[in-house]
Amino acid sequence: MVDSLAIDASPGDVVVLVGTTKGLFVLAAGPDRQDWDLRGPWFRGEEIYAATLDCRNGRTRLLVGATSSHWGPSVYRSDDLGATWIEPQPTTLAFPEHTGAAVARVWQLQLAGDAQPDVVYAGVEPAALFRSDDGGESFRLDETLWDHPHRPQWQPGGGGLCLHTIVPDPSGGPRMGVAVSAAGFYRTLDGQTWEAANRGIVAPFLPDPDVEFGQCVHKVDRHPTEPDTLFLQHHWGVYRSDDFGGKWAEIGTDALPSTFGFPVVADPNHAGTAYVLPLTSDFFRCTPDGRLRVYRTSDGGQSWDALEHGLPQENAWLTVLRDGFAADALDPAGLYVGTRTGDVFASPDAGASWQELARHLPPVVCVKTAVLR
Amino acid sequence: MREDGGAALKVVVRLASALRVHAGGAPTVELDLPAPVTIGAVIDAVAAAHPAVGRRVRDEAGTLRRHVNVFVGADNARDLDGVDTVVSEGQEVAVLPAVSGG
Repeated sequence: MVDSLAIDASPGDVVVLVGTTKGLFVLAAGPDRQDWDLRGPWFRGEEIYAATLDCRNGRTRLLVGATSSHWGPSVYRSDDLGATWIEPQPTTLAFPEHTGAAVARVWQLQLAGDAQPDVVYAGVEPAALFRSDDGGESFRLDETLWDHPHRPQWQPGGGGLCLHTIVPDPSGGPRMGVAVSAAGFYRTLDGQTWEAANRGIVAPFLPDPDVEFGQCVHKVDRHPTEPDTLFLQHHWGVYRSDDFGGKWAEIGTDALPSTFGFPVVADPNHAGTAYVLPLTSDFFRCTPDGRLRVYRTSDGGQSWDALEHGLPQENAWLTVLRDGFAADALDPAGLYVGTRTGDVFASPDAGASWQELARHLPPVVCVKTAVLR
Repeated sequence: MREDGGAALKVVVRLASALRVHAGGAPTVELDLPAPVTIGAVIDAVAAAHPAVGRRVRDEAGTLRRHVNVFVGADNARDLDGVDTVVSEGQEVAVLPAVSGG
């Protein structure tokens, strides 16, 4: 069921898409990011693990991956800020017959950079990559990754065997990375062949912690103007690579209250600046000490500062999932955190101060932002 | 009797309310299918007429979705022969969501 709603926003406004396990909510505010309007839900009762707002090439297009526990997954698009939606029939975000596979959930809808203004990637469960060359109207399976010899050995993480992170080349080149739980980070340099790129990421949950693949990569992000530098949140450990995944170095071990967590966000304006949101441990996936704190490094991970002004610091036993944290493209960056207990917090000043935008929403599984053009 | 001389069976498929919006709003879909008619053939025909219904009932690999039930009369096809269950003259087919789900 899709409701007749629309986002109230104008060019220059910031839009925050909040995907929950029971539908899509949308927050919108002016560039000062002070007064927020909350609307929704769209897609009532459906899980929204993937959403994006595409403002490239003259579009204002919402793309949403919705999964009904009864009726399965669909990708919808809206070109009028949510007033009306189109579900392509037949859908092309589906596995070809020869694979024998079926899409269980859309985990990621990732826009390519402005150099490829019509390209959209989708990551799904079971772990696979799809590509669209028409702004998300149709998709086709990347069979080069699907045919990777490692794939039959990939093991699912707690959320299933999913391809949840896509890192395109912002310049439009063929280089690209993806992350699969729990197989690790894979990259292609030529757009044709994929290789596991997990060297240096320790997997303490495996007999051989230095395996080629099998790492449980939770999220990867990078700065748009320094695409070689990647930040990665592993099941245990925060890492940085300066050669697009050729090798990884652990960062933050001594400075963070825990190196377990799900999201990592690279600041869109300042190379070397990134944010993580540590959880206590894999057996207690709540914020340490009952305090919600975002940690920021401004020096590539050598040091970390706790950001907590305006965030709950007492009895806040919260969980933030891999896509529950996002940054907008303004300077200073706006930061947005959605919790599994239905809170949304935002900072208009790169984490210096925070405000609560929403509470009592369904569990948040996806937060994405865009500035309307 | 069909024009080609084969025996035809009229099958009425009752859709769950959540599916009707994907079938033009109609509560039922009426099909004329060559006998013998299986549940698989019924779903094929519904999917051909209403693709958005078809993909909600089974995935692209052809598997009936876990939380969707197809009844033949009062019986769940899963308890019979699944998609090979034969629909008899006068039996209504119903596609309904299971009570499971989040």
